[in-house]
Amino acid sequence: MEDLFRRYGHTLTFAFVALVAFWLLALVILPNLTLFEASFRPYLPVTEIGGPKDVYSLDNYAKFLRNPAPWNVFGYEVQAPLNVKTFLSTVFYSMIATFITFAFSYPLAYYLAKVVQPKSLPTMILLLFIPLWVSEALRAFAWYIILTFNGPLNAVLTGIGLLDKPIRWQQGVLTGYDAVVIGLVYSYVLFMLFPIYGSIQSLDRNQIEASEDLGAKWWQTHWRVILPHAKPGIASGSVMVFMLSAGSLLVPSVLGSTNSNWFTQTIQQWMLESQDWNTGAAYSFLYILLCTVVVALAMWVFKVKLSDIAK
Amino acid sequence: MHKTRNFLFNLYFGMFLLYLFLPLAIMGGAAFNNNKLPSVYPWKGFTWTWFQQLLADQVMWTSFRNTILVALAVVIIAVPIGAAAAILINSISGRVRAALYGLMVAPILMPGAVIGISTLLFWNKANIPPGLHLSVLGQVSYIAAFVMLLVLARLQSFDSALEEAALDLGASHAQVVRRILLPHLYPALGAGAAIAFFQSIENFNVTLFTRGTSNTLTVYVFSKVRSGITPTINALALMLILMTLVLATIYELRRRAQAKIEAAREAEGRRAAALEEL
Repeated sequence: MEDLFRRYGHTLTFAFVALVAFWLLALVILPNLTLFEASFRPYLPVTEIGGPKDVYSLDNYAKFLRNPAPWNVFGYEVQAPLNVKTFLSTVFYSMIATFITFAFSYPLAYYLAKVVQPKSLPTMILLLFIPLWVSEALRAFAWYIILTFNGPLNAVLTGIGLLDKPIRWQQGVLTGYDAVVIGLVYSYVLFMLFPIYGSIQSLDRNQIEASEDLGAKWWQTHWRVILPHAKPGIASGSVMVFMLSAGSLLVPSVLGSTNSNWFTQTIQQWMLESQDWNTGAAYSFLYILLCTVVVALAMWVFKVKLSDIAK
Repeated sequence: MHKTRNFLFNLYFGMFLLYLFLPLAIMGGAAFNNNKLPSVYPWKGFTWTWFQQLLADQVMWTSFRNTILVALAVVIIAVPIGAAAAILINSISGRVRAALYGLMVAPILMPGAVIGISTLLFWNKANIPPGLHLSVLGQVSYIAAFVMLLVLARLQSFDSALEEAALDLGASHAQVVRRILLPHLYPALGAGAAIAFFQSIENFNVTLFTRGTSNTLTVYVFSKVRSGITPTINALALMLILMTLVLATIYELRRRAQAKIEAAREAEGRRAAALEEL
């Protein structure tokens, strides 16, 4: 701080601090505190706000555990509250999407970092970036067109005789969430690719050659040398893709059906359809809390630190 | 052995590009199909109808204007905030720095819907109704973090002795910033402005909860996709994709020209070195 005063004078330093204070207080901290506080208040008509009914309670959070419904988990019938089911499905299918993006990205990241001629690399990266610049709404919509009942995918598959009759893809084939997972993978795969590419790139090629010279099979080189080195990139890509998937509202709204509820859609219904902002706030808070837990747990399992990810 | 491996890798890369681009091509192709539903199949003949309808749609134009205005406002607010935050963070160390840094980066990982909702609730308490001004503030809360990271990276290569020298030679504080600090930061500020602009155009989650009744292009696309679907949305998609392709081509051509100049310079340097040795 002393240093700032000396270099830029009092006026400018004050301006810097004021800008940062505005950002962190008015745009980050206070809105989140308001969210937290509002989540404990009941949803009341305007005239009753501040009245005798306006007291703190856990009612909004209790709604999360209401409405038990039968739920089929891998063939077992269990009773679970509807919101819990939606939340767990969101987490589970976000993880599936994260895993698929990893499986798609790893070979490609290795190829870009260690196999391709350095000269053609910028062109290839630009080609990969182009779809990223096309709006997410349109990327989801593209798959809507492909997967729709009278769409090209069904036409091709029945045309070549793989299918007897068209399938309703959006209703799901394996699970209700098939179309959503397809859309999530397509939308976020590049957020996995680039961090992994970055971390493999920093690996010294000599280490790969040494492992080959010492007689390691190609998969041993990957398992023992390249994967461990790429771990921070994999972790950071996974956190990115998981949070983007779990937080996505566009993809499940465009590609989902009635049997594929996403937790963001539940929050959206409370906020915009019921106009019950207090319950919406409670669900939002639960949502960040549980997502943070999932991410922290994943980092603990894979033994990576937050500072590795922020690279 | 390496030949087969490289062939397989190239094949995989090609298939991956196909996977990325084919859906976009199918979506674009449907813009020309004379079918009331957006699809390439069944093909009912070529038409420009959907482009004409799109260009006649006033709501689309208002949304387009709103998107641009919001993005410009986000750039104007987020770039100074991000730059100030980077300068501040760069001048402190220890625990305070770690805590501030964590606080600044956290909004990037925060789900957009939650940012939108918390912004809406906070300003509503201050009796400020929802609208695009709140969308701007909500978007700035995480976009400023991207700018901060870019400027902070650029500050690592900054030689602060230059500022000392300027001060010793009698420059005012304002002159130090304008003549020494800012010129060094320009590339990062430019990149930050570009990222802020595109992030804002892309944004859906924050905007949806804060917009009130105004539309932006992503919200417009979303409502079109969900409700009365007509291929006008494909026409819009195709135009946006083509715009991206044109921009990418210009970028690539400029990069290649630049690389050529550098290669020529290097060759000249080598020739000069060879001559000296003679």
